Amino acid sequence: MDIKKTPKKLNVKEKYRLMTRDLAWEPSYRDEKEIYPYVDYEGIKVHDWSKWEDPFRLTMDAYWKYQAEKERKYYAIIDAHAQNNGHLNVTDARYLTAIKLFLQSISPGEYASHRGFARVGREFAGVGPQVACQMQSIDEIRHAQTQVHAMSNYNKFYNGFKDFANQRDRIWYTSVARSFFDDAMSAGPFEFLIAIGFSFEYVLTNLLFVPFMSGAAYNGDMATCTFGFSAQSDEARHMTLGLECIKFMLEQDPDNIPIVQKWIDKWFWRGCRLLTLVAAMMDYMLPKRVMSWREAWNIYGVENGNALFRDLARYGIKPPMHWDDVEKSIDHTSHQIMLGLYQWKFGTAFHSWTPTASDIEWLKEKYPTTFEKYYLPRWEYAIAQKENGGEYNNFGLPKLCQTCQLPCLFTEPDDPTQLAHRETEYEGEKYHFCSDGCQHVFEQEPEKYVQAWLPMPSMMQEPLKGDLAAWMEWASLEPTAAGEYASSEDKANFEKWRKQVSTD
Amino acid sequence: MQIDVQTVNIEQKNQTFSHLKKRFGDKKIPSRYQEASYDLQAEENLHYRPTWAPEQELYDPNLSKIRMNDWYDLKDPRQFYYSTYTLNRAKQQETMESNFKTVESLNLIEGMPDPVLAVAQDLLIPLRHANYAANMNNTLVCGYGYGTVFTQPCVYHAMDNLGIAQYLSRLGLMIGDVESLEAAKQDWMDSDAWQPLRRSLEDLMCVRDPVEVFIKQNFVLDGLLYPLVYQRIVDQNLVEQGGSGISILTQFMTNWYLESKRWVDSVIKTMASESAENKAVLEEWIDSAANHFTSVLLPVAGLAVAGNQADELVSEAHDELLQRAKKAGLFK
Ligand SMILES: [Fe+2]
Ligand SMILES: [Fe+2]
Repeated sequence: MDIKKTPKKLNVKEKYRLMTRDLAWEPSYRDEKEIYPYVDYEGIKVHDWSKWEDPFRLTMDAYWKYQAEKERKYYAIIDAHAQNNGHLNVTDARYLTAIKLFLQSISPGEYASHRGFARVGREFAGVGPQVACQMQSIDEIRHAQTQVHAMSNYNKFYNGFKDFANQRDRIWYTSVARSFFDDAMSAGPFEFLIAIGFSFEYVLTNLLFVPFMSGAAYNGDMATCTFGFSAQSDEARHMTLGLECIKFMLEQDPDNIPIVQKWIDKWFWRGCRLLTLVAAMMDYMLPKRVMSWREAWNIYGVENGNALFRDLARYGIKPPMHWDDVEKSIDHTSHQIMLGLYQWKFGTAFHSWTPTASDIEWLKEKYPTTFEKYYLPRWEYAIAQKENGGEYNNFGLPKLCQTCQLPCLFTEPDDPTQLAHRETEYEGEKYHFCSDGCQHVFEQEPEKYVQAWLPMPSMMQEPLKGDLAAWMEWASLEPTAAGEYASSEDKANFEKWRKQVSTD
Repeated sequence: MQIDVQTVNIEQKNQTFSHLKKRFGDKKIPSRYQEASYDLQAEENLHYRPTWAPEQELYDPNLSKIRMNDWYDLKDPRQFYYSTYTLNRAKQQETMESNFKTVESLNLIEGMPDPVLAVAQDLLIPLRHANYAANMNNTLVCGYGYGTVFTQPCVYHAMDNLGIAQYLSRLGLMIGDVESLEAAKQDWMDSDAWQPLRRSLEDLMCVRDPVEVFIKQNFVLDGLLYPLVYQRIVDQNLVEQGGSGISILTQFMTNWYLESKRWVDSVIKTMASESAENKAVLEEWIDSAANHFTSVLLPVAGLAVAGNQADELVSEAHDELLQRAKKAGLFK
């Protein structure tokens, strides 16, 4: 070898190959199967790991440099936000319901992604996907932490934030998101990548982040919208990773296609069920609205989804199995979920309310074929009850879907007057589902879904034995954080502080 | 509406989140490290068992022989969370960038004596593969370990190892272009001096107890390798022979080792003081791995120095490691 040779200029791709791909070696003392024990059992065949195309080419020095710049800006802004009582800039305190739900449900999901990507970043037998997944792992802990830090200041002044860690594990509606991420993490490495990398990051992330972050911007929440902007370039990398991994699997072996199709079907449905909470947020929880759930779905679901699945058709991939059911549900889900949350508002760690006159006008306009016909009468009933000094509560506990863990409150795709309800018997037990989609997911892997922890039945068991008050305490469900917004401490304090500001 | 809210003085409802109040009280505002680290991992009501190993829980403290009453005792004295970690590394990479520039602009590599360059080539460049193994091992600990304060620094440590492998690769490209990396890989795969280390790392990559991997990789192997290679061979031997340029380009590794061993030592100390059982397990792992890796590193040191000096350097590193173990409460 010629030492001191003047180095040639290497192109970026070649340089990146040397800096990552070339670091690994083919083991000869131990069998690959011992080092990567979980890479085969899902049935995905990989013939050549080197065919993996690096979705982005970022060496660690560049990563540290870019990310540190973003971190510096981010913390400067949230520090200023905290110092200047930025929380008083939100439109009104109803808005906080959206970010409470986010902290309780989505931030733990960011953390789960962090751990999940670390696992697959170790389990894949190729250095290309290993490094790409490790980078996503470290990004995801960033997301979890920046979100907690952004919410930390809101927690100082409002109810419903302080118990998010306990609530992540114990509240009935947080188990919707928890079971989604647990499902992905307990799957094999390839399914995890389809679940989180592809379905969640690539197909659905825009439906989650765009509404949330623009909702934050519209409603004066600088902390959350700064987080959103700061995470955007991470998300762009994650999306390219998601797309690369699906193409890689499909190109490696034709036998992979039906397996991948099955996962796309499952995770698209799982993701859409999770997003019904976002639908309710967009249509009901933002005092200043960005767009309706229907409008968001048309842009980020239908347009992007059509383009994507047209592209994947050349591999023999079809659009997700329950696509039509999702499409039929779009004009209904937000109303159904919000009515559900409102009637069970004694058991939530956020406030809810009945729509105001102007809300109702907006909902009529955005949902001309459904809102007035099916949902306005129910809201009017709730409003009338309140006006007569009553309260619209349902102390009966909802029956939860064994798969998605949402209450079985959705209607039949072709008949919005009929509640949908499905049952499957497995090993002598009956299991309940909110839809064909969830029943289908269960029936593919009943031995997995029978294990689901359902918060409602657990309340009936030891040690709570049906004691509602004890159950609420156990789940950190405090009355001050629950119930009607109009009579909440959050509202009273927010208005008092705002008034103080304007008279000062 | 943008309103001037700076001047209002309003009383706070909560000083902190409940899980932090439970741990630390609410007299003091918790640090951002605490907010970012404690109790972030799901603890209860895990929904499904892993399909890859149904006998395990999704987060399972029993994957290790080490037992902790509270895994959140294993805090990182550096208090690294994502932000402090990246800000620190960004500063260090800036220094490294200017180091690379200095070495280049002063033609330090060209001016270096051939024997020094030969040592850099034979000893340092193959180590990038060892760093890759360390990257994988730390990724495993992050993925399967228990409790965020223990697992979080491991993803940082994994990425650091990748960064080190990349710095070594750049050094290789500087001293001998792509051929340097090719020759080093050849050595890693075939030459006698490297085979014991390569074999040991392949063995370690088959271990699934996250704490065992942590101890053997981060405490034992790195605790022998960095003092031996970077502190003694590079910063002393090579510098004396006119190789300061190499020492400048490995400055990150030297500083990184000093910084991260504080964390590693503190984790071990906390685990050891938890119980006599932990202590015994740690001692067994460390004792056997330290003897093993000392003999593995002997031929590696031999690439840089004559046989009897190699013996001496390796046994110095071994003593130093045992001193650290003693300070952490082991072997007494
Ligand atoms: Fe994320
Ligand atoms: Fe369902």
